[in-house]
Amino acid sequence: MTGAGELLDLSLTELSTALGARRVSSREATEAALARVDATDARVGAFLAVAADRARARADAADERAARGARLGPLDGVPLAVKDLFLTRGVATTAGSRILEGFTPPYDAAVVERLEAAGAVIVGKLNMDEFAMGSSNENSAFKPCRNPWDLARTPGGSSGGSAAALAARQAFGTLGTDTGGSIREPAAFCGVVGLKPTYGRVSRYGVVAFASSLDQPGPLGRTVSDAAALLQVIAGRDERDMTSSSRPVDDYGAALEAGARGLTVGVPRAWLAEGVEEGVARRVKEALATYERLGAKLVDVELPHTKYGIAAYYLIAPAEASSNLARYDGVRFGLRRAGAGGLKGMYAATRDAGFGAEPKRRIMLGTYALSAGYYDAYYLRAQKVRTLLRRDFERAFERCDVIAGPVTPTVAFRLGEKVSDPLAMYLQDVFTVTCNLAALPGLSVPCGLHAEEKLPVGLQLIGRPFDEATLLRAARALEREQGPLPAPGALEARG
Amino acid sequence: MSLSLDEVRRIAVLARLELSPEEEQLFQGQLSAVLDYVAQLNELDVSGVEPMTHALAEATPLRPDEVRPSLPPEEAVRAAPAREGTFFKVPRIIE
Repeated sequence: MTGAGELLDLSLTELSTALGARRVSSREATEAALARVDATDARVGAFLAVAADRARARADAADERAARGARLGPLDGVPLAVKDLFLTRGVATTAGSRILEGFTPPYDAAVVERLEAAGAVIVGKLNMDEFAMGSSNENSAFKPCRNPWDLARTPGGSSGGSAAALAARQAFGTLGTDTGGSIREPAAFCGVVGLKPTYGRVSRYGVVAFASSLDQPGPLGRTVSDAAALLQVIAGRDERDMTSSSRPVDDYGAALEAGARGLTVGVPRAWLAEGVEEGVARRVKEALATYERLGAKLVDVELPHTKYGIAAYYLIAPAEASSNLARYDGVRFGLRRAGAGGLKGMYAATRDAGFGAEPKRRIMLGTYALSAGYYDAYYLRAQKVRTLLRRDFERAFERCDVIAGPVTPTVAFRLGEKVSDPLAMYLQDVFTVTCNLAALPGLSVPCGLHAEEKLPVGLQLIGRPFDEATLLRAARALEREQGPLPAPGALEARG
Repeated sequence: MSLSLDEVRRIAVLARLELSPEEEQLFQGQLSAVLDYVAQLNELDVSGVEPMTHALAEATPLRPDEVRPSLPPEEAVRAAPAREGTFFKVPRIIE
């Protein structure tokens, strides 16, 4: 292996092959990733913590296994990074919030355990919107994260660091979480692949909770195959998460190259008709035409309740968040402020100092929606609308195998553009929240660059429950046909 | 749907948040806008629709009721901002 730059351009899958053939060592790959973080992260801001010593030790152990011919699998020795919402034993975990500043968890999230048991080298923790609440990463309490395609733009959120780190070639794969679009939107903005699995496919054990009926961890990769390799390791039953499914995990690599022929792609025409910027709609329509050319059949489907998705989501998610965030009370971990008036004063002072504006807004909204006299009108009604949304999808999937549409109404927007108007920011999630509300898997795959803006556009694919394999197959068919996106230039251009 | 400042203060007490007067003002406007937006759910007839209370159709899983190791108390309290031995230390509760 020659230059570090060339090494960092390898996909996870390619690096894994090179590690297996011992053309490159895990230590070399890890040093290259750490050096890249050092060289670029002052501009990108993707990392909240770098665990260099731990990563080097794990890389050396992976190299020792490779030398013995005892590699643990495709992730063995591969440098990865995870959103700072995942607990990491002995490594600070903040969830992007001051209220958890300095917190060092006593145990690992299930997905971290699984990655490490597969030999992966976790190089650090990634920037995010505070408690995963946001669509631009601007709600991080620590620092903004920037889009490697254009440093004046947001990488999306809430898993902004997870997408930006991949686009910036700082890691070979990452994990994020998706409650209303938090994997798919940043993946679309940064030109990488992001998959939100079916609710229950991946364990939430050790994931800082936001909205428990919607939260789902998932992989981001520079290629579809990379995302499949990560999902393969993190998916599956974990008895510590009562909502994790015991359904067997598919072999995601098996049908990856099966192509688009034979697939029926459902197209919700209304998703392309209104509220989508023209240049985004054009790329999405081209992707649909590509599917047709590759032998897939396109059918129109109706998802009539989509327009109620955001309204239902912004009742259910804040309601669950207000309950989940009650635990940050200054007693067991994190920040404490004394306050006036004993215990209650301590609670209020701690929470006032520790939470940023967005968590406060959502806690307020959720508390109101759940308060006496309002539960039926808000939370219960929203849960019924959720059933209607789910039925929309069930009917659509009687006629198609996957549903395809835009991920976002626009390409990456500028930092500061929407921060003063929370509702405008919330509407950013209009095409992604329905998937979470209906508990379905959804994926974002790059479908080219916007013609004028020269920024990535994502195609969203939504599947039947637990049919991640078909989503990955369909995404791979498109990726193979259109070839990889060019590497983002913003970092190199400025030296 | 417009929230009054008093309602904002009442919710803040329920949520154990100590808001500044500026935050109260800001949230009054922002939360009212969101509540106006979500009011569109009232357009839908949801009579006879079951709420989606579970994302999965699977039965609640059971496991054998066995004693297993858990986090040792010393580790469980290590991250606490104030502790004494293996106890969390809090301000006086009974006044």
